[in-house]
Amino acid sequence: MTLFARYRILLPVLSLAILLAATFYMQPRAMSYFGVNLLFNLAVPIALATIAQMCIIMVNDIDLSLGAFVSLVACVVATFLNDTPLLGLVILLALVLAYAALGAVIHALDLPAIVVTLGMSFVWGGLALFILPSPGGSSPDWLRTLMTVKPPFVPMAVVASVLIAGITHLLFIRSGLGTVLRGVGGNARSVARAGWPVIRLKALAYGCAGLFGVLAGMALVGLTTSADANIALRYTLLSIAGVILGGGEFTGGKVSPVGAVIGALTLTLAASFLSFLRLSPDWQIGAQGAILILVLTARLLFTRRDAQA
Amino acid sequence: MHSAAAAAAPIVALTDAAKHFGAVRALDGVSLSISPGECLGLVGHNGAGKSTLVNVVNGGLSPSAGTVAFPASGAGSALGAGVRSVFQELSLCPNLTVAENLRISHAALKGLRWRGQAREEIAQALDQVFPGHGIAADAPVDSLSIAQRQMVEIAIGFAPRGTEARLVILDEPTSSLDAGIAEQLLSHIKRFCAAGGAVIFISHMLGEIFAVATRIIVMKDGRVVADEPAGRFTRQGLVDAMGHVAPDAAAVEAARSFGETVVTTPEGLTARRGEIVGLSGLAGHGQAEALARLYLGATSSWRAPKAAPMVFVAGDRGRDGVLPLWSILRNATVSILPRIARRGLVDRAEESRIAADWKARIGIRTEDVTNPILSLSGGNQQKVLFARALASDAPVVVMDDPMRGVDVGTKQDVYAMIRAEAARGRTFLWYSTETEEVCQCDRVFVFRDGQISAELSGADITEERILSASFEMAEA
Repeated sequence: MTLFARYRILLPVLSLAILLAATFYMQPRAMSYFGVNLLFNLAVPIALATIAQMCIIMVNDIDLSLGAFVSLVACVVATFLNDTPLLGLVILLALVLAYAALGAVIHALDLPAIVVTLGMSFVWGGLALFILPSPGGSSPDWLRTLMTVKPPFVPMAVVASVLIAGITHLLFIRSGLGTVLRGVGGNARSVARAGWPVIRLKALAYGCAGLFGVLAGMALVGLTTSADANIALRYTLLSIAGVILGGGEFTGGKVSPVGAVIGALTLTLAASFLSFLRLSPDWQIGAQGAILILVLTARLLFTRRDAQA
Repeated sequence: MHSAAAAAAPIVALTDAAKHFGAVRALDGVSLSISPGECLGLVGHNGAGKSTLVNVVNGGLSPSAGTVAFPASGAGSALGAGVRSVFQELSLCPNLTVAENLRISHAALKGLRWRGQAREEIAQALDQVFPGHGIAADAPVDSLSIAQRQMVEIAIGFAPRGTEARLVILDEPTSSLDAGIAEQLLSHIKRFCAAGGAVIFISHMLGEIFAVATRIIVMKDGRVVADEPAGRFTRQGLVDAMGHVAPDAAAVEAARSFGETVVTTPEGLTARRGEIVGLSGLAGHGQAEALARLYLGATSSWRAPKAAPMVFVAGDRGRDGVLPLWSILRNATVSILPRIARRGLVDRAEESRIAADWKARIGIRTEDVTNPILSLSGGNQQKVLFARALASDAPVVVMDDPMRGVDVGTKQDVYAMIRAEAARGRTFLWYSTETEEVCQCDRVFVFRDGQISAELSGADITEERILSASFEMAEA
C-alpha cells in the first residue's frame, strides 16, 4: 500500500487529529468556541511565519533570520505603524523588498543562504533593539480588532488558519508562477534552460517570504498588543519544524502550504497539551522536541515502507 | 522530397562556429545547416564535441567565434526559433507532476484554467509519440520509472508549447528505453520529419542511427570529419570515421606473467597480481561506478585494517582528490599517516623524508613541498595524488580517469611509473576515457550500459575493437 507516499498530507492531518483528540480527552472544556480559540490563537502568527519559511525552503534554501525578522516587524508595527501609519507602511514595504534583494544576492553570488540569513538575523535583531530598546509600544486599533474578531460558529484562529492555507495553496500549488517557483527547488537548471530568469524567481520567493514574515509580525502584535525586540526569536526553529512536520522536505522543492499550516497548528497544540499534562515547564521544551521526533519518525517509517511496497 | 526540403531556408545555420574552454578547443570551426525535413544523425567518440555542438545550437553556450543563425524563423534565439533539446541526463523537476513540468517550459500557459490545458497538451503529446504509454498527466515525476521520465521529457520536447517544435535535439534518447518504446520513438521521428520538422539524433546505437537518420555527421576532436547522406555510410565505415587510425602502436611488450587473481567484482571484472587492467567504453556507462563500488566495498568499514588493501587515484581532483587548504606535503602523505605514526602521533621527520623522496621520484615541480597544493599546476597536483596512492603499501591501485587535464609530458612520466610499479607486483585498475591510455593496459574491459560488453587482451586491444564494443553492433 502506498497511501502515505501518495497522499503526503495525510500524516500531518493524522498527527494533528490525534493530538487534538488527546487534548480534548485530557481537558474536555477545551472543546468549545472559546477553548479552541485559546488553544490556536497564537498559531496564526506561527502559521504565517511557517509559510514564510516554506517560501525559502521551496527554492532549496533555509532562513535562520526569520525569528529576528518577525520580531523586527513586530517592533515596527507596535511603534511606527501605530504612530505614523504611512511611514510604518513604507518601512514594512522596504523590509519585504530587502528580503527580495537578499534572495537575488544569494543567487547572484552563489552564497550559502544559511550563512547569509544567520548574519542577517543579527542585523534584524539590532534594528529591532534600536527601535524598541525595552518592551512596549502598542498595537494599532484596527489590527487589534481584526485579531480578536469573533466570527459566528467558528473561532477566528480556525477561520484564519483555513484562509491562510487556502490562499497559499492557490498561490504556490495551483498558480502557474508558483509551479515554476517549486520547479526552481526541484531542478533549477531545467528551469533556467526553459528560459526563466532564475535570479528573479529566487528574488520573488524571498520576497514572498518577506511578505508573510511581515504578516506574521502584524498578527503577533495584534494578539499581544505590544512588542519586544526578542518577541519572536523562537519562530526561526518553530517555522522550520512546522514546514517539515507538514510534509515538506529540506531539499527538492517538495513543500505543502496546507501541510505547513497544519504543522504550525500541531506545534502550538503540542505546547498546550503538555501544559494539560501538568508537565513542569522545565521539561516542556524537551517534550515538544520528543513529539517532533516521534512524528518525523512515523513519517520516515511510513514512507520507507511504502517505497518498498 | 529531399531536394525540396534542401531548397527551403535552413532552420539553423552555423558558420565556422567555435567554442574554446581555455586552451581546449571543444568545437573547432564547424559549419552546418539543418533544413526542414532532415533527421541528422550525430556520432562521435567521447569528447568529440557533440555536446558542445548541441549546446551551441540550442543557445546554452554562445560560440567563441563564428555565428549561429535561424534563417527559417528569423528569430534571434534558439527558443524563439522552435529549437528544443532533450538531454541525456534527466532534466525534469522531480517534485512536480507531469503536467506541471510542461508548464515550466511553456510560459504561454496562463489563466486559471492552465492546469486543464497542460494536462490535455501533455497527454496528447505522449499519445502521439508513445501510444499506450500509461502515464497519468497528474502523476508526480518522482513516482515514475526512469524510462517513463525519459518518455515524458521526449514528449515535452515534441509538444507544441504555444508555438511549434521545429528542431528537436535528442541526446541519447533511447539509452533508458526498451526496444519497443524506442521503436515508437523512431517512427515518431520519421513522421515528425516527414511533416517538415527536423531532428538532431545522437546515439551510440548505430542501428538506430541508420534506421532514422537521413544524413549522418561524424565528429572528431571538435571538427566535423564526415557529413554525408545516411545511405553512403556502412557501419564499419562509420566506426572507421570516428576513430583515429591507431597511431604508432604502443610498444608491444613481451607477454608478462601475472600472479593469482586479486580482484573480482560481480560485474565480472577480474585483475591478477601485477596486471594493469583497463576499463573502457563511452563515458558514463558504469565504469566509474564499478570502480567506486569496488573501492568503497573494500575500504569502508568500521574495523579498517591497518594497511589499506586498495588506494584510489581520483580523476575529478577538485571533488574527490585534492585537500585544497593543505600543503603538498600533507596532501601526499595523508594515505600513510597510520603507518608512520608513533603512539598515535605523526612522525614529522619520517613524513617529510617520504614526501621529499616522492617529490624526486615522481618529479613534482616545486621548490618546497610545504607550499600549498593549489600553487601547483593541474598536472602536478595529479602527480601528488599519484604519490599519495603509490606511497602506501596497498597492493591494488584504483584509478578513475586520472589523466584528465594532464599534459603529455606528465602522462609519459606517469605511464612509466605505473609500468614500473606493476612490474613490482602491484595491480592497477584504470578507467580512462582516452583510448591511447587504455592501449597501455594488459587487459581491457569495455563497458556498455553498466555491463561488460567485451574483454580484450594483448594485441586485441586496439581502438577499433574498443569502439566497436562500445557501440551497439548487435543487430547487424
